[in-house]
Amino acid sequence: MRRSLAVLTTAALAAGLLAGCSPSDNPPTQDNSSAPPPVTATITVWADATRTPIITAMAAQFTADTGVAVDVVQRDFGSMRDDFISQAPTGQGPDVLIGAADWTGKFVQNGVTVPVELKAADFSPVAIEAVTYDGKIYGLPYALENLALFRNPALAPETPATMDAAIAAGQAAVAAGSAKYPFLLQTPREGGDPYHVYPIQTSFGAPVFGSTANGYDSSDLAMCGPEGQAFAAYLAKLGSEGVLATTMTADITKEAFVNGESPFIITGPWNTADFQAAIPDVAIEAVPSAGGQTASPFVSVQAFFISAKSANQIAANQFVVNYLGSKQAQLDLFKAGGRPPALTAAAEDPAVTGDPAMAGFAAVAEQGVAMPNIPAMDAVWGDWGNTESALIDNQGDPAQLWDAACASIKEKIATS
Amino acid sequence: MPQVVIAAEPASGEPSSRLRRDSHSTLWTKGFVAKLVLLAMADALGLYGVIAAWAVRSWPILAVLIPALLAVNIVYFSRRLTPAKYLVPGLVFLLVYQVFVILYTGYAAFTNYGDGHNSTKADAVEAILAQSAIRVEGSPALDLAVLRDGDDYFFLVPDGAGGALIGSDGEALKAAPGARLEAGRPVGLDGYDTLSLGDIIAQTAVITAMAVPCSDDPNDGVLKTPDGAVAYAYIPTLLYDEAAGQLTSQADGAVYADSGEGNFISPDGTVLQPGWKTPIGFRNFTSIITEPSLRGPFLGVLAWTFVYAIGTVVLAFAVGLSLALVLNHPSVKFRRLLRSLLILPYAFPAFLSAMVWQGMLNPQFGFVNQVLLGGRWVDWLGEAWLARATVLVVNVWMAFPYMFLICTGAIQSLPAEVEEAARVDGAGWLRTFWNIKLPLLLVSTAPLLISSFSMNFNNFNSIYLLTGGGPLAQPTDKAGATDILISFVYRLAFGGVNRQYGLACAISMLIFIIVAGISALGFKRTKVLEEMN
Repeated sequence: MRRSLAVLTTAALAAGLLAGCSPSDNPPTQDNSSAPPPVTATITVWADATRTPIITAMAAQFTADTGVAVDVVQRDFGSMRDDFISQAPTGQGPDVLIGAADWTGKFVQNGVTVPVELKAADFSPVAIEAVTYDGKIYGLPYALENLALFRNPALAPETPATMDAAIAAGQAAVAAGSAKYPFLLQTPREGGDPYHVYPIQTSFGAPVFGSTANGYDSSDLAMCGPEGQAFAAYLAKLGSEGVLATTMTADITKEAFVNGESPFIITGPWNTADFQAAIPDVAIEAVPSAGGQTASPFVSVQAFFISAKSANQIAANQFVVNYLGSKQAQLDLFKAGGRPPALTAAAEDPAVTGDPAMAGFAAVAEQGVAMPNIPAMDAVWGDWGNTESALIDNQGDPAQLWDAACASIKEKIATS
Repeated sequence: MPQVVIAAEPASGEPSSRLRRDSHSTLWTKGFVAKLVLLAMADALGLYGVIAAWAVRSWPILAVLIPALLAVNIVYFSRRLTPAKYLVPGLVFLLVYQVFVILYTGYAAFTNYGDGHNSTKADAVEAILAQSAIRVEGSPALDLAVLRDGDDYFFLVPDGAGGALIGSDGEALKAAPGARLEAGRPVGLDGYDTLSLGDIIAQTAVITAMAVPCSDDPNDGVLKTPDGAVAYAYIPTLLYDEAAGQLTSQADGAVYADSGEGNFISPDGTVLQPGWKTPIGFRNFTSIITEPSLRGPFLGVLAWTFVYAIGTVVLAFAVGLSLALVLNHPSVKFRRLLRSLLILPYAFPAFLSAMVWQGMLNPQFGFVNQVLLGGRWVDWLGEAWLARATVLVVNVWMAFPYMFLICTGAIQSLPAEVEEAARVDGAGWLRTFWNIKLPLLLVSTAPLLISSFSMNFNNFNSIYLLTGGGPLAQPTDKAGATDILISFVYRLAFGGVNRQYGLACAISMLIFIIVAGISALGFKRTKVLEEMN
């Protein structure tokens, strides 16, 4: 219904414009006066609760500049991807959507988004990788988000060189009675949390997928093999030592760190403010390596996508590429969102580099890897997480559990 | 609405009024005005729907909406059809929210609807063409002015040597002598109007569809603009042949033909993404039988679903009824307060309760183990049978207030004589309850118990939020110990690479048939019960 209304409105507007234009047709309009142009179109943007007010505020300037009204609709982030995929073909979806770049593959697979033209060199490489699918760029990246190690200097004065050193320092703090937990990492039992455990996994050289020049390769499940088995054995060891436990949920780990009950926690920028309030000198550092190689967290990139079924492609492109891709817009989004901007010019601005927390996360992001945006990733999470929980709970031989997970994931990908 | 007429009858006062009353215009009572207003609103909404459906060429909606609108008007303006006046609103909502949903689910069960098969063939072709066009290597982004001459639109781009080129859809770029440029950016050409951004946006459909050949050589590509301000040169790698309904690769001449299964496929088996939604017959249903990952756990899950649904209803009814009986006894003090307290679990949203329970049952940090059991380790949701018992208990906790409410109401409406007569006849308390009160209570509560059963048969929230269907015997198992059919379907249809809505709909239809069958049987038995009394 909304679309039909838009059709009618557009038709009416077009008629009005044509009629209105005829007298001024002869002298080509050259007036670049400052009077705002009349509203000629409306684009609908889906955003989550945190970003709705930011986009609304930023859109006011865009409307004044271009005469395109922006209607920001607040949606639940968790269901936005699937809602967009099912609603876009009906014409009921939005023109523009704010989402995670790892949705790109699903959007392309369903034909609901269109490629955009960006100057790729202007953006952080990992951000461009995240929105690139099959060699084409599908979204405007605007912020990077990744995990890091938060360290409480009162309990662990030194940056740990390795994961084992961190755990040893934590255990020493527990033995001394100044802490309750040697190391905090959320690993809830149901479904696990492979996203949070991933830096440990990559430090064993076991990324989920191998890559080709064209991005991640769904036929190459690189986490399988001896590297993955070594990681599985390590996870089981941490479980049997009581360092990790499947009773540790996100809430429990966060509260424990805020209360000064542990020197270390692996978590993301969403907890920065609460941690800094509780522990003013909290340090944000790279996750130490457990397996000898770089501990690379996933870098999840936030991006704007344009609907393939938008009747306002031009207005949507103007808004996303030309307006939100500008340095000022990316800085505004940074100020409101607290995540390093994807546009290099904005990321190098003193407003960003002068923020120690941001600098910390940005440094860790440099050793991070783009979250896979291929549809096959959907088949990985379930078995992957449940198997990590089983490993932490010591429910069997680590290598066997890991191989079983690999076999199950491979079968799911093969039968899709 | 008919009361309006009846109420107006004595006011008119004359017997001949029956003849004059064929026009309502004489009866401007409050009720009639209210009816007019309400109907006018319904008609306006309906008419808007008709126009909207017309605008998007949605004929099925029109075919339903117009008769429905006519029917509503006939029913309420007619002097007869009194029962229909009461039934129509309910029927409309039943059709929209129940019948339509069931029919649509039934339809989707016979399609391949899901990831990669999301829309129509036309949409798929459009998406494939957009995804397959590649930028001409090394081609610059060209500042663009969109020009108009009458109904024709033109692209004006710089030629890189201080001049400009003009071209239109299908007509290659050629020199545009006399073009005006400002700082290298073309702004206009005599004889043409330059479109402002507002004009361009108003003509989005036309301008985004324009493909201006860069030269007569197709290898130079075509200019297209995504934003009306900059043009880029693309080479299409696939061409669509509308008549044959197939795509041809420009590079190697490979033909991607319609496979009949909702996608384009080349002779060597390469499939293009996306595909489209298309009927696939009974394949979703047969895969329930043939797919080993489905067949294996299906019976176990089905059995547990029955235990869970029946167990919840029986236990919650027992708890609710006992409490209702106790709190109905005059000797209990603070009855009103206790009743209000007992209804509390019902006042919390079920999903919130489930999540709070999950936190309280955390074996290490949960309230139950820490406070009630003094720090003992009981893994409430981690062992198969204990987890089953726990979800049942938690679900009973969430369901009993409802049973308590309906039982309290039913007990209070039991005639006191019955109990008195039983006592006079020398029946004890237990006998009175078992032989007299319970059967009478069941007459009024049985339909609610049946609907409660069907609700719990599909009680996705409490399972999903409490255990997620787990615990799993092996981390890669297809079903967990507490998975009921609906959570099992969710895991299956949405746990792989692609979300398979068609498969989910097919299993949902089976669940619907089971629940509907049992409910029908149950209601039949209730009738027998009613007749008995």
